[in-house]
Amino acid sequence: MKKTMFLGTLAATTVLAGAAFAGTLDDVKARGELLCGANPGLTGFAAPDANGEYQGFDAALCKAIAAAVLGDATKVKFVPLSSEVRFTALASGEVDVLVRNSTATYSRDNDLKLDFPVINYYDGQGFMVKKDLGVSSAKELDGATVCIQTGTTTELNLADFFKHNNITYTPVTVQDDSEAQRNYLAGSCDAFTTDASGLAAVRSSFPDPENHIILPEIISKEPLGPAVRHGDNQWGDVVRWTYNALLIAEEKGITKANLAEVEASSTDPEVRRLLGLEGDMGVMLGLDNAAFKNAILANGNYGEIFEATIGTSTPIGLARGLNALWTQGGLQYAAPFR
Amino acid sequence: MTLATDAPKDVFRLSMLIYDTRYRSYTIQIAVLVLLLLFLGWITDNTIQNLAERGKDISFNFLWQRAGYDIDQQLIPYTNDSTHGRATVIGILNTLVVAIIGCLLATVIGVVAGVLRLSKNWLVARIMTVYVEVFRNIPVVLWIIVASVFLTETQPQPRDFKVTDEMIMAGEEPKASMLFGAIAITGRSTDIPAPVLSRPLPTLEIATVPVSLSFLAFLAVVVVSVMANRRFLTRVTAVQEETGVRPVTWWKSLLILFGPSIALLIAMGLHLEYPELKGFNFKGGISINHAFSALLVALSLYTGAFIAENVRAGIMAISRGQSEAAFALGLRPGRAMKLVILPQALRVIIPPLISQYLNLTKNTSLGIAVGYLDLRGTLGGITMNQTGREMECMVLMMGIYLVISLIVSSIMNAYNNAVKLRER
Amino acid sequence: MSDSSFVRTQMLPPEVPPLTERGLVRWMRENLFSSVLNTVLTLAGLAFVIYAVAATLPWFLNGVWNAKDIKECREIVLANAGPEATGACWALIRERWHQFLFGFYPADLYWRPVLALGLLLVSLAPLLYYSMRRANLILVGTVSVLTLIALALLAPGAALLVLFAGLFAALTAVAWYAPQKLVWLTLAFPLLAFALLWGGSVWGPIGVAAGFGILALVYSLTKSFLGVVVATGAGVVAAAVWWLMVQTSVTTALHGAIPLGIQAVNSDQFGGFLLAFVIGVTAIGASLPIGILLALGRRSDMMLIKTLCVGFIEFVRGVPLITVLFVATLLLGYFLPPQSNFDLILRVIILVTFFSAAYLAEVIRGGLAALPKGQYEAADALGLDYWQAQRLIIMPQALKVSIPGIVSSFIGLFKDTTLVAFVGLMDPLKGVTTIVRADVAWKGIYWEPYIFVGAIFFAVCFGMSRYSMYLERKLKTDHR
Repeated sequence: MKKTMFLGTLAATTVLAGAAFAGTLDDVKARGELLCGANPGLTGFAAPDANGEYQGFDAALCKAIAAAVLGDATKVKFVPLSSEVRFTALASGEVDVLVRNSTATYSRDNDLKLDFPVINYYDGQGFMVKKDLGVSSAKELDGATVCIQTGTTTELNLADFFKHNNITYTPVTVQDDSEAQRNYLAGSCDAFTTDASGLAAVRSSFPDPENHIILPEIISKEPLGPAVRHGDNQWGDVVRWTYNALLIAEEKGITKANLAEVEASSTDPEVRRLLGLEGDMGVMLGLDNAAFKNAILANGNYGEIFEATIGTSTPIGLARGLNALWTQGGLQYAAPFR
Repeated sequence: MTLATDAPKDVFRLSMLIYDTRYRSYTIQIAVLVLLLLFLGWITDNTIQNLAERGKDISFNFLWQRAGYDIDQQLIPYTNDSTHGRATVIGILNTLVVAIIGCLLATVIGVVAGVLRLSKNWLVARIMTVYVEVFRNIPVVLWIIVASVFLTETQPQPRDFKVTDEMIMAGEEPKASMLFGAIAITGRSTDIPAPVLSRPLPTLEIATVPVSLSFLAFLAVVVVSVMANRRFLTRVTAVQEETGVRPVTWWKSLLILFGPSIALLIAMGLHLEYPELKGFNFKGGISINHAFSALLVALSLYTGAFIAENVRAGIMAISRGQSEAAFALGLRPGRAMKLVILPQALRVIIPPLISQYLNLTKNTSLGIAVGYLDLRGTLGGITMNQTGREMECMVLMMGIYLVISLIVSSIMNAYNNAVKLRER
Repeated sequence: MSDSSFVRTQMLPPEVPPLTERGLVRWMRENLFSSVLNTVLTLAGLAFVIYAVAATLPWFLNGVWNAKDIKECREIVLANAGPEATGACWALIRERWHQFLFGFYPADLYWRPVLALGLLLVSLAPLLYYSMRRANLILVGTVSVLTLIALALLAPGAALLVLFAGLFAALTAVAWYAPQKLVWLTLAFPLLAFALLWGGSVWGPIGVAAGFGILALVYSLTKSFLGVVVATGAGVVAAAVWWLMVQTSVTTALHGAIPLGIQAVNSDQFGGFLLAFVIGVTAIGASLPIGILLALGRRSDMMLIKTLCVGFIEFVRGVPLITVLFVATLLLGYFLPPQSNFDLILRVIILVTFFSAAYLAEVIRGGLAALPKGQYEAADALGLDYWQAQRLIIMPQALKVSIPGIVSSFIGLFKDTTLVAFVGLMDPLKGVTTIVRADVAWKGIYWEPYIFVGAIFFAVCFGMSRYSMYLERKLKTDHR
């Protein structure tokens, strides 16, 4: 009897079923909605708020891409993905872009057939311990119990680090971030390891952040960035240049607030190209000429997004560090917009 | 009487394929076969296309590559240099160990709760009813999480066990102490003493799995003693049948059963190694992590509630007359239970018990909720994630679960056939 | 000696039993302390109860209902009960209850799932109580009143409320005057619920319903000269052609001409108990016909069909549900044509349906096996063919016997819907809880959401298991 419900949905969804793969850009346009793979809940990076609206550093990039492609930052559907299914979801076309604090690695690029067009956050794996443990370096963690989230690169780094330093540890594997924190706080483990940004985010949410220290060792490079499917270069370019536009906007001092003013008064040719006042930059990529302006309008430039979601003024309180613009000694460097 | 005429000469018409029951079943089966083959072909074709589109192939080579991750509970040696295949075996063993201990524990809990629920003691019967209803009607995932949260949140930290010189000077007690001086339950693991041999036999390595000869020797001695005891009892029964007097057996029996094995253990120098606080954690002894304990406790309590219901139903299914008859024959309550009620109740209890065991075995996969590295956690979790071989991993994992289930059900069905009422 | 008057002529009034043999004392002696073992058990039980209450009651009593975050909660507990006390923080539930119930379903549309639930219960009435007029009336009436109260609390607007009141009044009237007629609601419910929950154009569900109309039409037109079997086949083919090829364009055209519809809701906004009910009810409803076919197939004489059914049932029953869910997320995409891609909830529902079909098949097989052989022989003797016998004789009896089993399958399935959290859906237990805890305001809260969700699960499942026990008793008396 209830089979009909099925057929109804089937009928409805097969109509909606987007053609995946080859031309992701065309698919997104045809669908009128960007499917963005997101973390189901990592404070500061991507987590739904009380209204179910995804907010955070990664979520803002999704919205900027949606704004660039569709002209509307709200036309993005966030698909929460656990760390274990995220790449499969991307490969199978379930999402158009995966912005889920994922580390770009060689094997993910070549074995899993993904592309990481840009790095939106340079990170590294660190350790957090309770202050009263009396440990000041990760090398003193011999025999310690370490909480670790499964399905990430961190467990491989951890094994390598301890092996390299000839010390032992007991891993406590947990399913997701919130479980990891619970276990760490409850004392199931001496140390909690994940990306340093994650550690800071987690520590900020503790009732007593001053009682926890993040050890100085950064045991790995974790370049986090959006991932797209291998072989769809046009779509990769859309993601790359939307992101670059946000960086250039910061470089040129274009903010969400002063954009209209800059648009009216600026004589800088790169700014004029970026905002679509000169040339056909957007059209070259198969977008609208106002695409990058829309992207900036969505959440502001890179610096604004950073400050609003994870920066020092937020509870998470991350400093720009490596993620400062190259002009300020960081690694964020956008190719010229010409 | 020639009312019954011969059936008309069969002339085969095409419509008979549908309307003649003799042919219809063939028509249907062939149609189903064709549809099935078409369906399988369609799926295979789609899979090949999809794999090609994503630039993947099907290959199980990853099983022989380095895994690179660590597993916190290993019944056979494993390091992060071992292969994904070995990690899979570790996972299977971890699944099995929860399943087997869980089934035993659930049976004990279930039988006790089921019997107590029928008890005349008002309070105890009510408590058991509450236990059964609460556990049966709330998802098992919740119980697993609650057990884990309970163990990690309410138990003391290893450093609470620490006794420093100043504390001895000040005459203070540590915040926590070990149970019986031997078992330490901390917020991260349960540490129990380990039996250790000081003069062990050598260890053999069979297919990279170390097999302790001492253990094999012990096992052999136990088997031999049990068989010897059986023989002894048969002989005693023969004596009884001949003379009508049964010789006193209990101490001889005990001697035969336990004497040799105890002698062997003493010869090999068995002693207990107690866990001791060293550095961050307890060292020595056997450390049982909380993911395992939480899963085990939750699954056995949950399944125990279902088994309790089966046991209760089984006992209630035996008509009252049976127990009254047993008492009328002069059997004491214990023997009445053993000889009359239980054999009959078992027949009712065992079939649903089989499916409870199967459920428990399958539910071990919910260790995912507490990060327990069972088969799903290794092969279907980290290995799948690191290698990106979801097709191979899923197929292999489902196959292994299927085999485990089939083995459990065939063992239990064999047992069921053995105790089943033989109708003549 | 003559006046032997001490021989009584009247009965003495009965003595009051001694203190130990009456009232509370006797009850306690008999029920709590009848033997040494019992005394020990009682004391142990008492100790356990006292310990459990002492450990948890203060926590419950110190609970805080009104706070904006967990810090405030802890401060209030500290202020009210002193530094050593612990207290629950129910403020979380007060603030986020709607997410536990509805996920991210738009708040102004909550009336739609509530109305759907009310209609579900009403449409179940004819199945649960056959044609028992009184029971039907009581069920439908209670459900109507409760649904209306819930709807009024959600305040969807006066006009809608009046409409719903009229609707439920009509349903209650139908339940009293013509309980059998409620079956039509049951038949229409799947499409109705789909239209209510997902919204969008009304033409989609109407189009699907039209397919069934076409099936019936073709069947009745061709039956007379093609025979039952071929006519059914023709009907199915015609309906399939309609659904797969014609329907979309027709409904799109109709929607273009007369854009009738309500606000559409995406399935990724479904969560909490709404999701659990959608998956559970759809899967059990859809798996019932499949389960019946599988059960019949397993008992079939046809070798191939039997092997296939047994293989399917044993395979599905041999693997854990979580692996099936992983297949839905990870592998189903491989098995479907390269360009197709549909939503996760639907994929999960499809696979859960097949999963529960295997279990239902076993339940129904049990029901079939319970029928005396005479019933089959009687059907044969009457000259009924296979499907007639199944429809008129076998199934009505077998299904009736199987209802308790089906209900407990549903309870199991409903509890198992919590597993969808592990493939990224927002189930009430883990999905919503994780999201709630990602909020800085509520970080560090564990027990409260679990207790809240656990209590709802308990209420629903316990209610259903009681119903199934009631039914079992009722069916038993019918057979004696």
